[in-house]
Amino acid sequence: MIKYIVKRLLLLIPVLIGVTFFVFTILSLAPYDPVTVILGDGATEEAMENMREELGLNDPLLVRYVNYIWDLLHGDFGKSYKTRLPVADQILSRFPNTILLASCSMVIAIVLGIPLGILSAKKQYSLLDNVATVGGLISVSMPNFWLGLLLVILFALKLRWLPSQGMGEDPVSLIKSLILPSITLGTGIMASVMRMTRSSVLETMRQDYISTARSKGIAESRVTVRHMLKNALIPIITISALQFGHLLGGSMLTETVFSWPGVGRYMLDAIKTKDTPAIMGSVILMSVSFSIMNLLADILYAFVDPRIKSQYQTKKKNKQKKSPAEDGGKEATA
Amino acid sequence: MKKQAAAASGKARSLGADAWYRFKKNRLAVISLIFLCLMIVIAFSTFIIDWATDSSFYDAKVIAQDLRRRLEPPSWEHPFGLDEFGRDMLLRIIWGARYSLFMGMAAVFGATLLGGFLGAISGYYKTADGIIMRVMDILLAVPTILLATAIVAAFGTSKVNLIMAILISQTPTFARVVRASVLTVKEQEYIEAAKAMGASDMHIIIKYIIPNSLSPLIVQCTMSVASAILSIASLSFIGLGIQAPMPEWGAMLSNARTYIRDSWHITVIPGAAIMVTILMLNIIGDGLRDALDPRLKN
Repeated sequence: MIKYIVKRLLLLIPVLIGVTFFVFTILSLAPYDPVTVILGDGATEEAMENMREELGLNDPLLVRYVNYIWDLLHGDFGKSYKTRLPVADQILSRFPNTILLASCSMVIAIVLGIPLGILSAKKQYSLLDNVATVGGLISVSMPNFWLGLLLVILFALKLRWLPSQGMGEDPVSLIKSLILPSITLGTGIMASVMRMTRSSVLETMRQDYISTARSKGIAESRVTVRHMLKNALIPIITISALQFGHLLGGSMLTETVFSWPGVGRYMLDAIKTKDTPAIMGSVILMSVSFSIMNLLADILYAFVDPRIKSQYQTKKKNKQKKSPAEDGGKEATA
Repeated sequence: MKKQAAAASGKARSLGADAWYRFKKNRLAVISLIFLCLMIVIAFSTFIIDWATDSSFYDAKVIAQDLRRRLEPPSWEHPFGLDEFGRDMLLRIIWGARYSLFMGMAAVFGATLLGGFLGAISGYYKTADGIIMRVMDILLAVPTILLATAIVAAFGTSKVNLIMAILISQTPTFARVVRASVLTVKEQEYIEAAKAMGASDMHIIIKYIIPNSLSPLIVQCTMSVASAILSIASLSFIGLGIQAPMPEWGAMLSNARTYIRDSWHITVIPGAAIMVTILMLNIIGDGLRDALDPRLKN
């Protein structure tokens, strides 16, 4: 298991190199000179040339990229072109805000999404199921920045219950300011979690072991939680982890709508001013959080499903016997 | 599978006709399809109007400002109300449909061709598989909106760049879908039979593999147009897509944000247009998936 985790973390390296190289190249191809941003329009030609030399902008693309990666390996993410402050500090100071928002959204999505999904699967084609299905479809189709604006109109401007912008300082106003952005981000994810739960539970419901469990006289609630949900959990974990990974990278649109001081808005500002080091830093944060969440999902599978766990343990044996043995092993443990 | 369904209904039908028969039973999906077709026709007719009137109608009604009547709420005369510059919202929504629909479709069409090609090759040839799929994995690790943003930020905000950005960010999804179905189709006996008869690789791919991996591709296309439309609107909303005064829905929302305290309809209506379009595409996509998925056949 640990070997597997280490292997997956090592696999992150080529992905990161690929992602950073890709974005770095795109940004370098831009017909645009960052020096004018740093020094302003009034700078002399000489000062601009010195600055270019200082930043190493006169070097060829590949040299600049290698230099960037070299600095990165020493923990140096570079300085923002615009503010001249270290990118790593700026991102790290905003990251907790994004984590907070992402976690609240995820809690909303999971706490509402999974029970709703189970209920609508168990009462398939009932009124509740139809309402939940249509509601889910609508929520998935809604651009979440628009939902954010609608919530602002209703709860901040018309009813004046909640603040429309920013992040509160003291606990009470912090919670108040969290509500609208979390609902905005959580609704769409809740809908996808619900849809996934519904279809996954519907699939497990028809399995023979559910009838077996029922005929053994196990209480229906226990059948639902221990037998149905547990077996239906894998795709739900996948989708939740993926969405959480996306959220941790910062959501540019929702953070912009609510002026939330997170990494998403930082990245958007960086993109608008073409602040290469700041964009690169945000991109790295995004891809790392996304990949780690993916890995976490794979690890969670093993805890939920003993069949998958046994695969990790018997991997060596299976490797020698090649894939047919692995399939056989899977069936045997199932 | 085909045989089973044909036997169940008592009469032989092709896979396409069979799927269409099942799709027709899904009333919501059929209504959405009709509505979407109507929207496409209306959006297309704006090009004809522009061409016939030499854009004078567009300039006078969709772009020209009338500041005396700004932010007028919906009325009989203007069912969607007037926007922050006194322009009719209904006309702007109609003219805006062409950006979302046609640009979204163009991007997805390109992504289908490119991703489908890459996916077919990497599914069929083991040697190419590693390289192509690693590149696709890297592209997948970058969220769609970020990738599109980076491309647009670097190359400027033109319509072509916007389409290219969305095309590139959608390509890996298609490559994966096609690769997965090619991998399953490849093992089928009829492929072996074709090989035994001496068919060339190209012939097998075009004649057998592509038609047999079409159904997941069709479903993915529908869903992808929805997400492409969302990307266009999102990019325009943050000022990196279509720019004002062009009536793109996301750009309209972005302008509406400034007047959110004064007027609700200019925020609600463009967003509702985006939502309805995406909703219809999702319903059609769901319907198609149910219709094309052989496991759901009874």
